[in-house]
Amino acid sequence: MIRVVLPAHLRTLARIDGEVRLDVKGKVTQRSVLDALEVRYPMLQGTIRDHGTLKRRAFVRFFACEQDLSHEPPDAPLPDAVATGAEPFLIVGAMAGG
Amino acid sequence: MSTIRVLVGTKKGAFILTSDGKRKQWNVNGPHFGGWELYHLKGSPIEPNRIYASQTSSWFGQIIQRSDDGGTTWHQPGTPPGEPTTTPDGMPKGESNKFLYDTSPETGKPLTTHQHYDGTQRPWEFKRVWHLEPSLTDPDTVYAGIEDAALFRSSNGGQTWQELPGLRDVKGSLWQPGAGGMCLHTIVQDPSNPQRIYIAISAAGTFRTDDGGKTWRAITRGLKSKYELPDADAEVGHCVHRIAMHPTRPNVLFMQKHWDVMRSDDAGESWHEISGNLPTDFGFPIDVHAHEPETVYVVPIKSDSEHFPPDGKLRVYRSRTGGNEWEALTNGLPQRDCYVNVLRDAMAVDSLDPCGIYFGTSGGQVYSSANAGDSWTPIVRDLPAVLSVEVQTLP
Repeated sequence: MIRVVLPAHLRTLARIDGEVRLDVKGKVTQRSVLDALEVRYPMLQGTIRDHGTLKRRAFVRFFACEQDLSHEPPDAPLPDAVATGAEPFLIVGAMAGG
Repeated sequence: MSTIRVLVGTKKGAFILTSDGKRKQWNVNGPHFGGWELYHLKGSPIEPNRIYASQTSSWFGQIIQRSDDGGTTWHQPGTPPGEPTTTPDGMPKGESNKFLYDTSPETGKPLTTHQHYDGTQRPWEFKRVWHLEPSLTDPDTVYAGIEDAALFRSSNGGQTWQELPGLRDVKGSLWQPGAGGMCLHTIVQDPSNPQRIYIAISAAGTFRTDDGGKTWRAITRGLKSKYELPDADAEVGHCVHRIAMHPTRPNVLFMQKHWDVMRSDDAGESWHEISGNLPTDFGFPIDVHAHEPETVYVVPIKSDSEHFPPDGKLRVYRSRTGGNEWEALTNGLPQRDCYVNVLRDAMAVDSLDPCGIYFGTSGGQVYSSANAGDSWTPIVRDLPAVLSVEVQTLP
């Protein structure tokens, strides 16, 4: 079970409180986690990744295990602690603009 | 008695201001979608409780919201109101937020490049919806003006959107962003000819279609941009800020350009300057009195780098002669130490008699005049920075 933490605005859009828990089949990567997230909550399409290119939006960052994973390739494996559910995958709004 | 509903988009949410026809006591409702930028909200002219809203964020992208009850409740149009949302099948589908440029060989155009600020070429990239313009005849049809500049249309109440790609054909490689981005911000429908639509883009100019959006051409003859373009009277590249039309005279258009206030009497085929005695001819909004087609309003702003009123005095200027002769309207507006801006979508008129005029400022004030501009009072003073103001006159 993958744990995902969303920023407040996206929790409001998805109408959820707290963490999201996702079943991710196969390799646990940014892409597979975001794909699963968007299947469960289709209204989040376009809010984390661009609709067309699927590139991470500029003001969204990905953190886990005290690391910034924003610039990791989307198909790179996420840390084991994320894959086992010990640590959450954090989707964060960047601190642009103060 | 009539009701007035003012739809206000701000940097941090939407507000709905309502009053009876006297326009003295106001109810302020909001914020809706607090924390998000509400670039524009506008109601259908034939089904006024149908309101479309552009909710956007540099962080989290574009959301289209719709209300079918005058702004009391909202939903993303991909999911009908009241549909269960607790199961995967019941979630909003989100397709109403999808704006993909049409690059298909059958209906679209290749996604080429446009000029960037530095003159280099950049690929088209969706950023946000600036303006939503509901159809004059069908509540389910609505147009969206977007950044990077393109025009989209929905024919199903905002559930899905398709680009009208012929617009990008008109020398799109020469378009460039204005200070606010390369945005399509103005959409004006001709009430006498459903096939004719005018749009304006910063900084590309103004364009017209006569076949419902399939093909377009620039209508810029007479515009001059001496300090902005290498060729002052180029066909495209002019930074048009706003166009206004009186519905009874659809061939007469008024334009606030980056610099210059302009007028066309032939549906945009040619333009001539009507800045006359304005203290500065830079500004953003322009609008026309509901019952007097030759009465026009602008808000002069000092310059393109100093986005505030000249001399710290917030003045609306009114011309009763269709331009050239302007009078300052100051009664009730701050006449010292005022350095707010009024953006292009932040002025509107109601259709009562006498005509009401409304505008919002970057300082969060929304001012109204119930006597065509002779005197002004603030409806609210301390909203977030105002991006857009639209008015509905309800029976």
